[in-house]
Amino acid sequence: MIIYLMCLILFCVGVYCILVKKNLIKIIIGIGIVEYAVNLFFILVGYRLRGRAPILAKEQVIQNMVDPLPQALVLTAIVIGLAITALIVAIAMRLYEKYGTFDITKIRKLKG
Amino acid sequence: MGSNLLPLFVAIPLGSAFLVSLLGKKLRGFTDTFSNVATFSLLSLSLLSLLLIRSLGTVVYKVGGWIPPLGICMVLDNLTTFMLVTVNLISFLVTIYSISYMERYTAKWKFYTLFLLMLAGMNGVIVTGDIFNLFVFLEIASISSYALVAFGVEHEELEASFKYVVMGSVASTFILLGIALLYSYTSSLNMADISRTLAQKAGGRLVFFVSALFIMGFGLKAALVPFHAWLPDAHPSAPAPISAMLSGVLIKALGVYALARIFFNVLGMTAKTSSILMVLGAISMVLGGLLALGQEDIKRLFAYSSISQIGYVVLGISMGTTLGILAGLFHLFNHAAFKSLLFLNSGSIEYATGTRDLRKMGGLTSKMPVTGYSSLVGSMSISGIPPLSGFWSKLLVIVAAIQAKHFVFASIAVLVSILTLAYYLKVQRLAFFGELRSTLTGIKEVPLTMKLSMIILSLICIFGGLLLLPRVQKNFLNLATGILVNGNNYARAIFGSMK
Repeated sequence: MIIYLMCLILFCVGVYCILVKKNLIKIIIGIGIVEYAVNLFFILVGYRLRGRAPILAKEQVIQNMVDPLPQALVLTAIVIGLAITALIVAIAMRLYEKYGTFDITKIRKLKG
Repeated sequence: MGSNLLPLFVAIPLGSAFLVSLLGKKLRGFTDTFSNVATFSLLSLSLLSLLLIRSLGTVVYKVGGWIPPLGICMVLDNLTTFMLVTVNLISFLVTIYSISYMERYTAKWKFYTLFLLMLAGMNGVIVTGDIFNLFVFLEIASISSYALVAFGVEHEELEASFKYVVMGSVASTFILLGIALLYSYTSSLNMADISRTLAQKAGGRLVFFVSALFIMGFGLKAALVPFHAWLPDAHPSAPAPISAMLSGVLIKALGVYALARIFFNVLGMTAKTSSILMVLGAISMVLGGLLALGQEDIKRLFAYSSISQIGYVVLGISMGTTLGILAGLFHLFNHAAFKSLLFLNSGSIEYATGTRDLRKMGGLTSKMPVTGYSSLVGSMSISGIPPLSGFWSKLLVIVAAIQAKHFVFASIAVLVSILTLAYYLKVQRLAFFGELRSTLTGIKEVPLTMKLSMIILSLICIFGGLLLLPRVQKNFLNLATGILVNGNNYARAIFGSMK
């Protein structure tokens, strides 16, 4: 139970970071934290206590294995997260070139 | 034969995106022709699937030969064909338009690559029958749309795109969290299988929590009101053809379609979720309309109007009655046509005059008759002037609300449609009617390909009402409605078609 609670705390730290921080880079880090919290939760869903790696070899009984499917899914989710991070960092760099600052309160040409 | 058609909807745009990015830099004329051929073949395939499904019924394609629920499957049912026709029709017309319009930008091949990737993502979301697969395709479409919003790499574009990425990726994590919870409860990712499991053991509070996560996640992609803040920045900042795609089909394929499919066919629509969605739809209608009224930037006005119109669609679909869903889907189709037409018009204005500010325009119809009259058709259609398509779908939404005894929502829908008329009259008066400004005397009408796609779209707006003719309605809209009305049949149809 406690591990799920810590996972939730990690999620909340990420959301706090996105909502409160003014620096573009810190917001990007916040997105990363939120993504990892969800990935961690997904892994925990398929985990069982003292389970072993889900490798099916010859003469081996399927017993006490962790669920391999969430691991495969999280691998995909991590790759997607990488793509988003790469894109958003590139945008943040271009924003710095245009505005000369990472401060989100000074980057506001759009309003209404 | 029918099932082998399905992966093509993803494979064609994905493969052509690859080829365009590989060869586009060297062969200049190649990208235009090739992308147009790709989108045209997608359109013909989706029209063909419309014919095929009548003889074959629900078609299931098993990816890699694995039998669902173990493997991933792709599903072609009546709602899928309806959405495929809508998405691919608009995307084909938009690529025709892009031939001339995108000459203003330096890297046309990059534009086509991202465009085709976005199309692959949208078609994937529509055809997939696996909930994690849906998430992956949703991300493909979203990431390419983030990049397309920033395509101009100027101050506003970058700022809008940053906002869009932050909000969009948070929404995606909510969706992923919902999928994780659903998997932990049902131990399946196949949507039909999840629906079957949930029918056997009641979900209770978990399903309600998952519904909340999905409303947040997909609601943000659909730009329902509390989650709409990215749209009025992102849609105007993109190049005009992309604005047309984003407002015309992306928010519907990723947002409304995914919401409808998951709530009606997988989780099951309860009275609670239905009323939450209806209230969100009504708030979107009112707030989007009110905010649109005060805009001076033509594309920003259209973007707010999208929020307002998506409210109609969500209100109609979430009513859950046959007429309500029919009205919602019909308005979805119509809105795809007239909103992309209007965004293409705004692109033509920007192409000819170089401005998006309504106060600097005036009397454009005399110089640009095609743009002027097609935008008149689009504006009249969206604000619900009788013979045009928008009138029929709005009328149906209102009648459906009255029939389901939601009198408050019905009166809101009537009032918002008057509001819509008000701000479209403002566009017409400031931009197209009146005296031609002295600064604008040198402008010319846009090139032929741009005119062509605007004319076709305005013809769709004029004759869209014909979809309600009994014979046509029976074969197109009613079938798609039936999938959502008989939500529980989804699992049975899929497992039945594999026997």
